Amino acid sequence: MASPETESKRSIGWMGLARGHKARPAEWIGEKLIFLVSLSAIVMVFLIFVFVAREAMPVIFGQASSAVGGKLIAAEDIGKLSPEELRAYLQLTPEEFKEKSSDTLKLLVELKEETAKEASTDKDASLNTASWRYMLKSYQWSDYDKPEYIWQPVSQVKKFNIIPLIIGSLKVTLVALLFAVPISLAAAIYVSQLASPRVREVVKPCIELLSGIPSVVLGFFALIVMASFFQGIFHYSSRLNSFVAGVALGLAVIPVVFSIAEDALTSVPRSYVQAALALGSTQWQAAWKVVVPAALPGVFAAVVLGFGRAVGETMVVLMASGNASIMSWNLFDSTRSITATIAAELAETVSHSAHYRILFMIGVLLFVITFLSNLAGDIVMHRLKARLEGKR
Amino acid sequence: MSDEKTTTGSVPFDVRTRRFDLASFLFTGLTGAATYLIVAILLIIVGNVVIKGWSHFNWHFLTGGTEKMFDVDTAGILPMIVGTSIRVILMTLFVVPAGVITAVYLTEYAHSTSIFTRIIRGAVNNLAGVPSIVFGLFGLGFFISFIGKDMDAVLHPGSTTPIWGKPAMIWASLTLAVMTLPVVIVATEEALRAIPQGLREASLALGATKLETILKIVVPQALPGILTGAILAIGRAAGEVAPILFTGAAYYMASMPHSVTDQFMDLAYHVFILSTQSPNVEQTRPILYATVLALLVLTFSLNIVAILIRSRMRARMRALQ
Repeated sequence: MASPETESKRSIGWMGLARGHKARPAEWIGEKLIFLVSLSAIVMVFLIFVFVAREAMPVIFGQASSAVGGKLIAAEDIGKLSPEELRAYLQLTPEEFKEKSSDTLKLLVELKEETAKEASTDKDASLNTASWRYMLKSYQWSDYDKPEYIWQPVSQVKKFNIIPLIIGSLKVTLVALLFAVPISLAAAIYVSQLASPRVREVVKPCIELLSGIPSVVLGFFALIVMASFFQGIFHYSSRLNSFVAGVALGLAVIPVVFSIAEDALTSVPRSYVQAALALGSTQWQAAWKVVVPAALPGVFAAVVLGFGRAVGETMVVLMASGNASIMSWNLFDSTRSITATIAAELAETVSHSAHYRILFMIGVLLFVITFLSNLAGDIVMHRLKARLEGKR
Repeated sequence: MSDEKTTTGSVPFDVRTRRFDLASFLFTGLTGAATYLIVAILLIIVGNVVIKGWSHFNWHFLTGGTEKMFDVDTAGILPMIVGTSIRVILMTLFVVPAGVITAVYLTEYAHSTSIFTRIIRGAVNNLAGVPSIVFGLFGLGFFISFIGKDMDAVLHPGSTTPIWGKPAMIWASLTLAVMTLPVVIVATEEALRAIPQGLREASLALGATKLETILKIVVPQALPGILTGAILAIGRAAGEVAPILFTGAAYYMASMPHSVTDQFMDLAYHVFILSTQSPNVEQTRPILYATVLALLVLTFSLNIVAILIRSRMRARMRALQ
């Protein structure tokens, strides 16, 4: 936007003093401030990553521990330990350790001893289940017949296997995309290529309103209305399951996929269609064989961004998926996604416990997944626009 | 843009032979059906809520307190309406200046091809796609346990109960402000780009500096767009629950919030509580539907106002060019 003429009107040089300008320090400072504030988006993305990852750091580097057993220290021996040893034994951060009085510390040691005695009946009690091995691979727990993937953070031996959560998220996302993508792509083709202007003026605000429905309302609708409705049709046993959650999630994804795909399709130059029509094709042939292929990267971007939205959606899944972390690919089983797990459990965890940090860790995972899908969608869309505009 | 061709679009005839064309008919029919299915879904959801919520949606309910949250006869939603209103107003104070200034930089100063501009744009798009629950984690990890805790250490040393380092209205608003930043940036940018270059040149030709031009000519012209962005941001934030779960929303509070460090009850969060934690779902259904209706009325009226302002603005800009 900045043409050479407008450029020369800016306050240039330090404090606007250069090139024989009248000094305009206020302007110079104003322009620098505008520049600084414009960095806010970059700064925020950076801070989000840093501060969510900060809480998850001990888990990522395998320093967090959830083991109950191990070597025990009697409360009377507390004086024999150096402060550093005591801190490591109680698994506290240095700041937390500093805040606590010696009485509190003694209490913590006694508490730990008691829990360990209670848990000593279970041979898994001494395992550090917050390490990567137990978070990713199946393990034969003492009460089970075969190795299994289990997410069970509130039990005597806390089990933090994140595989069931990932599968839960993927299952719900898959249903949502299978439902939303065909419908919204078809609607985008219709609205951008075939519909009359009057239809377009009605449909586009409607889809915008659909995107304006809060996700908690979609979750409510799935929970109260859709779950019973679908149960009447399919007769499945658990009323809330990944199918219901997926369809409701699809309603949140439709506006995203639609608006990006529609944007890509309308940015295909009119002359493409006109040329196709002049060569004797029908409207639908022009739309399907000329416009859609030309905008294909945009359609791909729409699907990728829809995926990102579906993976990250919280309230719909929390309310409609049943929230049981069952390791199964059956769509009609209750399921528990990454997002719903964070939302449901974080408030109940002890600050800075292993459980708390693992929830932040899956938050980082979520952030990375959506960051990459957004980046991919963004790059594809940018290239497509550049190409179509260049050819115009 | 001329749209003559689209007026004949849905006719399933081959243009040359004027014969009925089955492929055309099917293609148009199927894509059209998908479009109307989306509209129908919207109408079903809204219709369901309006029909079932209407009977309980009255003045008594809207202005009632919540001494008994799950009691059909006495429960009201005034504390939630107040809480939601204050948190979105606070959010607006933070997000609008930041968003507008970023948009001004992007349209008036940045070179549209430079790699730096691309990075800012990429960051804005990415911010728009960060899951809302991650914003909640961010609010807890950054605002509460980093900034809030440090503020306590500096402002109230020796105090045993945290004042800033706990969930509070201010942290919820700030978290939402970060989340809605892209909404304001995108809407303002569209408005700034639509302003004819001639207006800027005329101002510069009369001797105004660039900053004067921006402050006195460009931004005032873009006010409808800025307003649209602010309203869309409020509409989006009013319905969000995940970002405020850990940063400020309270399950129940006996009194209204008094300061920005208080927690608050929230309309959208209340929908969640009523649908999942009610002791008797059948009995509390009227309150649930009426609360959902209140939330929908709030978000839809905001969205509709934004759509109207924007379409008027677009028409005016088209006339200017």
